[in-house]
Amino acid sequence: MKRYLWPLVVFVVMMGFLFTGLRLNPREVPSPLVNKPVPAFNLPTLAAPERSLAPEQLQGQVWLLNVWASWCVACQLEHPVLVDLARSGAVTLIGLNYKDRRDLALGWLGKHGNPYQATLSDTDGRVGLDFGVYGVPETYVIDRQGVIRHKHTGPVTTEFVRDTLLPLIAQLEHPA
Amino acid sequence: MNLRHALKVAVWVCCCVGAAFTHAQAPVNPATPTAADPVLEAQVMKIADELRCLVCQNETIAASNAELAIDLRQQIREQLSEGRSQSQILDFMKQRYGDFVLYRPPLKASTVLLWLGPFALLLLAASMLVQSIRRRDPQAEPAPLSDADVQRAQRLLDEAGGRP
Repeated sequence: MKRYLWPLVVFVVMMGFLFTGLRLNPREVPSPLVNKPVPAFNLPTLAAPERSLAPEQLQGQVWLLNVWASWCVACQLEHPVLVDLARSGAVTLIGLNYKDRRDLALGWLGKHGNPYQATLSDTDGRVGLDFGVYGVPETYVIDRQGVIRHKHTGPVTTEFVRDTLLPLIAQLEHPA
Repeated sequence: MNLRHALKVAVWVCCCVGAAFTHAQAPVNPATPTAADPVLEAQVMKIADELRCLVCQNETIAASNAELAIDLRQQIREQLSEGRSQSQILDFMKQRYGDFVLYRPPLKASTVLLWLGPFALLLLAASMLVQSIRRRDPQAEPAPLSDADVQRAQRLLDEAGGRP
């Protein structure tokens, strides 16, 4: 009986590794910026390029930075979720228009809706680089003190909003 | 021939070409300026070889044609021109993208299993093999012949008459 025990144990351990591995996303790169202050930036807004926005102006509220572009197909998937989220008033949304053209970006927002209080024009992607953006869309959750608390890569889904985002926002707005 | 050609084009257009290249290909984006200075370019590629392209994650930034790789090579170029050192530039990337951006994983508490795991498994397998060889009984002999078989063997040997 003992002869069969060891291969069985090895098999069960390997199955443990297999099933854990199957549930992980190998392409996801965790961000080193979580729990660090938001990188400094000073970018023109999309709607009014003569005006610019810096993180200091957003202190005192919980906000989301949503990285998007008119050339990004997956952004169209998440956009209705963001529009609903903005309409609910649960959180302020700031867009980061990444490596895009102003006319195309404005056209895209006109067509799909604009959930953003303001959108930053990051035409050369430098600010995106400071945030560690490696794909579009990505969404960052930033607290009242300007510290990044969460990064979500890929489109924002209703499940993500319901299970992760709203509880996190509630926690950040009313720290226990 | 047509299908093969189409497949070739499709593969070429897809994301990143294989990591068999040791030199970077010219950037696909014509707007990116290449430094006129070949010494600087060589330094850029040396550092780019130490960084992972996060889009095609098994390639270096030197080899990848992804737009992010092009942007990061430009970033390296600018920082080198400003006089930053290789370790400063690698730190810059690590701060923004984490340890995964380094093509060679650093040896830390969290990566010890990655680095030593294969050797540990090899050692375990080797010791299990040694144990199983040792456990084989060296005293075991074949079962002794019965009397009838001894007589039969003797008769056969006599008939052969000692001839080989």
